[in-house]
Amino acid sequence: MVAAAPSRESAVWAALAEIADPEIPAISLVDLGVIRSFFFEPGESGGERLTVELMPTFVGCPAIDVMRQQIGEQLRDLGLADEVVVQVTFAEPWTSDRITPAGREALRSSGFAPPMTIGSTFGGDSLTVLPIATCPYCASRNTTLENPFGPTLCRAIYHCADCRQPFEAFKPV
Amino acid sequence: MSELDAETRAALAELLLAMADDEFVLGFWDSEWTGIAPILEEDVAMSSVSQDEIGHAKALYELLAGLSGEDADRIAFGRPVDGYRHAALMNHARTDWAFSIARRFLYEHADAVRLESLAASAYQPLADLAVKMRREETYHLLHFDLWLRRLAEGGDDSHARLAEAIGALWSDAQAVFAPMAGEACLVAARILPESLEALRARWLERVIPLLEASHLPVPAATDRPTADGRTQRTDEFAWLHGEFTMVSGSEADATW
Repeated sequence: MVAAAPSRESAVWAALAEIADPEIPAISLVDLGVIRSFFFEPGESGGERLTVELMPTFVGCPAIDVMRQQIGEQLRDLGLADEVVVQVTFAEPWTSDRITPAGREALRSSGFAPPMTIGSTFGGDSLTVLPIATCPYCASRNTTLENPFGPTLCRAIYHCADCRQPFEAFKPV
Repeated sequence: MSELDAETRAALAELLLAMADDEFVLGFWDSEWTGIAPILEEDVAMSSVSQDEIGHAKALYELLAGLSGEDADRIAFGRPVDGYRHAALMNHARTDWAFSIARRFLYEHADAVRLESLAASAYQPLADLAVKMRREETYHLLHFDLWLRRLAEGGDDSHARLAEAIGALWSDAQAVFAPMAGEACLVAARILPESLEALRARWLERVIPLLEASHLPVPAATDRPTADGRTQRTDEFAWLHGEFTMVSGSEADATW
């Protein structure tokens, strides 16, 4: 007996996990939680089509086109389907709660405070933006929000009073 | 929702174009603060907010393009000055910081009221987008409510400038809720769950107490906006149009 070959599904997940976020390369697209689903179906040309649903972190995220292109290239190289389509979807909102535990750790170890967990409490204006975050360098909570807007749409800027470092946090959204 | 009939489709296109143009034009005006905002943090914040707005406009233009079969970039950049349908509030140049803050404050609350309602739209792609955009707009609301208080309570000069700007923009801000030709059709189809006049009433209920709390005068006239609130264009907007169409206009059929 030989071990069963890994399924096509796990091959797709593995390939997607190799793609880094273009703006924060420490985290993969899978750990960022932007892959909603993928499925194989008959394509229009008679062959098989692999469709991937991609959820933007922010509606205006300029990295979306880069992500779309990289996913397409990576999956076409796998040769699992005759065509690969990457579809941007808003059918459910991406929220920062979708970042996996491994993704949160990858953010922290590269100097980004992971977003606080929002849970299911979001009710429009009731999203609480905490004035403090845990410093990714020294783990202090003695920090202040300097700017809820940062160098990219998904980042905010804090300052740690203990290690005297400015740092960035991934915004809860 | 089943296939839209021609009348509903036209009404939906009018709504999408109005919302997209609001976000697009305001995004361009406020991106002018990049590099010259009063403090460095505001350079970053205003740039980020503007990028959000232009991103929202892009998503709305794409919905519209899907409906009409046109190209989203062509809709955004390919119209003459009088083809734009943003509210009169977005006709003005950025002016000074107090003026830009006053406009953002008035607009963010109007946009929030509109998105809250559209989150329940029967046109699912618009409802989905509204749900997502609301999460981002939360940050805008927090930011500009804070700036309103900061300028109102900061000193006589900033208070006076802000009060003057609110007064100057008040009537044009009502135009975010200017009646649309297809409004009755949209409300009947539950694409727009409430009338624009109902939304305007809710907006007034929110902004007036905030102005009062900051001891800013509330302009007396809250007359219902007229249908031309989204069609009148100014020389200031014509100038901005020249700026944002400069590149696309230089090579009309270029692909990007």
